Amino acid sequence: MQKTVIDAHNLSKIYDEKTIPVYALNKVHLHISRGEFTAIKGPSGSGKTTLLNMIGGLDIPSEGFVEINGTNITKLKGNELIDFRLNNIGFVFQSYNLIPVLTTKENIEFIMLLQKRSKKETDQRVSELLKQIGLEDKINKRPRELSGGQQQRVAVARALAPKPQFILADEPTANLDSVSAENLLDMMLQLNQEENMTFVFSTHDQRVINRARRVITLEDGKIVADTAPTTIIHEQLLE
Amino acid sequence: MILKLIWRNLWRNSRRTLITMASIAFAVLFAVLMKSFQNGVFNNLIKNVVGYYSGYIQIHQKGYWDEQVLDNSFELQNALILQLQQNTQIKKIAPRLETFVLVSKGNSTKGCLLVGTDAVKENNLTQLKKKIIKGSYFENNEENVLLAEGLAKRLGANTNDTIVLFGQGFHGAMAAGKYKIKGIVHLASPSMNDTFVYLPLTATQYFLSAENRLTSISFGIDAPENTNAIVQNLKTQIGNKYEIMPWQEMMPEIANHIKADGFSFYIFSGILYIIIGFGLFGTVLMMTAERKYEFGMLIAIGMKKSELELILFGETILITLFGVLLGFVLSLPLVIYLKEKPIRFGGEIAKVYEQFGFEALFPTAVDKNIFINQSLIVLAMAVIIGLYPLWHVNSLNPVEAMKK
Repeated sequence: MQKTVIDAHNLSKIYDEKTIPVYALNKVHLHISRGEFTAIKGPSGSGKTTLLNMIGGLDIPSEGFVEINGTNITKLKGNELIDFRLNNIGFVFQSYNLIPVLTTKENIEFIMLLQKRSKKETDQRVSELLKQIGLEDKINKRPRELSGGQQQRVAVARALAPKPQFILADEPTANLDSVSAENLLDMMLQLNQEENMTFVFSTHDQRVINRARRVITLEDGKIVADTAPTTIIHEQLLE
Repeated sequence: MILKLIWRNLWRNSRRTLITMASIAFAVLFAVLMKSFQNGVFNNLIKNVVGYYSGYIQIHQKGYWDEQVLDNSFELQNALILQLQQNTQIKKIAPRLETFVLVSKGNSTKGCLLVGTDAVKENNLTQLKKKIIKGSYFENNEENVLLAEGLAKRLGANTNDTIVLFGQGFHGAMAAGKYKIKGIVHLASPSMNDTFVYLPLTATQYFLSAENRLTSISFGIDAPENTNAIVQNLKTQIGNKYEIMPWQEMMPEIANHIKADGFSFYIFSGILYIIIGFGLFGTVLMMTAERKYEFGMLIAIGMKKSELELILFGETILITLFGVLLGFVLSLPLVIYLKEKPIRFGGEIAKVYEQFGFEALFPTAVDKNIFINQSLIVLAMAVIIGLYPLWHVNSLNPVEAMKK
């Protein structure tokens, strides 16, 4: 059995607590083990991004807590929390979010440099990742010189570079055409299988959902389903 | 990595960066020029009035300055000369006997200041010989005068003409004499140029029945900035019997004018820097606002706020430093050129300046302190403005920042 990486206990996020409380998340329990390829789906406003932000230590829950590899990150503050994110969590955002003034290589090595890893280790890891994402010929290109799909691949490589505990991807295919989206998903699935890397996505994209081995459905801040995609496809066919 | 980010971020919007640098450079250029002109004009004024006449320090009989009459003159003692010779900071000395008399040529009579002086020592102190524009310089054993150009014009006098001096000598004695004009001198200070008559000291003492008497001893010093220290030193040495005055006390109107004009410079340069400060702040504000999403992302992926703050602060300081350097590069040759080839006004403008006692000449002063002070002011301004992005990042919530 794989070790639990993410453990969310009774997680709630309440806005306007003093007037009319709005539950962005409502008592969510979630356990994700190493090597999972999990998609969190749900309509807009269901709490997908809020859940991802809580798991990623970007937002503070109103109730409950999140443990990453046994560390309660809800208790971490300031630089302690930033350091934890730096060393344990990889982020991929919807709009790529590469650093525009850095090249492909520099973007990929950025987090490792923040971690003050040795140059030798950084260079080795970067060339390994460039090969995996198939952008060895774009090493000195700046983000504006890459296509959306290529940028998102670099963003995945940047998140993977320091070998984090898991990768959180917030709608990673939302801005991509179907070919680029398929390529990106194939690449992430391959990395998941080869490196046993844990991926957690928030998504609307059926292509992501189809490839996920676990799909969590959120509605009004609550988990309403937690199942394998084959079951969902079957349910959809029945409907 | 941080330096690389600072440098590359600077050129993300190269047009804006260049415009900001240019505005800082022009602020430095204008402020340096303004201050250099001000110092240059005042140095010229001090040189014309102080350096070329009164000297930086004068010794008089106690009470002479308040009542400038011959009865308040003093007898030159050997002891005093010895004491002054011992002071190594005093480089040049000119003994003088001065009084107001009437000067006549033909039917024309004017009031003038008669300056009885040692021909050699006066020339050492004020380079009087160089100011001869017609005729030649006088010698100590002669009874010839040098007439200031303006006065000569007013009298309609020329070299080799004879003038009559008429006035009151020591202890109320009648003083009258006929003297040949040996030379005409041009004095830079318009008021001096209209009133001065030079006569060798011995002849003046004889004319005023004031043998071996002086009204002042003027000093030239190598380091004008040490004037007050030398005055204090002399006061301790010989202060009981004599009054020792720096030029600022003798000519308070010039000293006050310099002070007042210095204040107006601070107001103008203050306004200039406020305008430039807002320009720089606008750039910093834009740089901060348009990259809010990126800041949120950088903090989210693990960049410490302090590292991000360092980048933003570095960008502000670097833009400013380049602007200041550019300002130096533009202003230094201009200031040097205007020192060598000062602006000289003529015609009506020159007359207006002369009415106020100024030579209508605008040289600049090349002083490293001007450059250092202006750059420090701009850098201090940049440091204050650079605090804004620091505050912004410090209060940044990555989730809020990344909301589109």
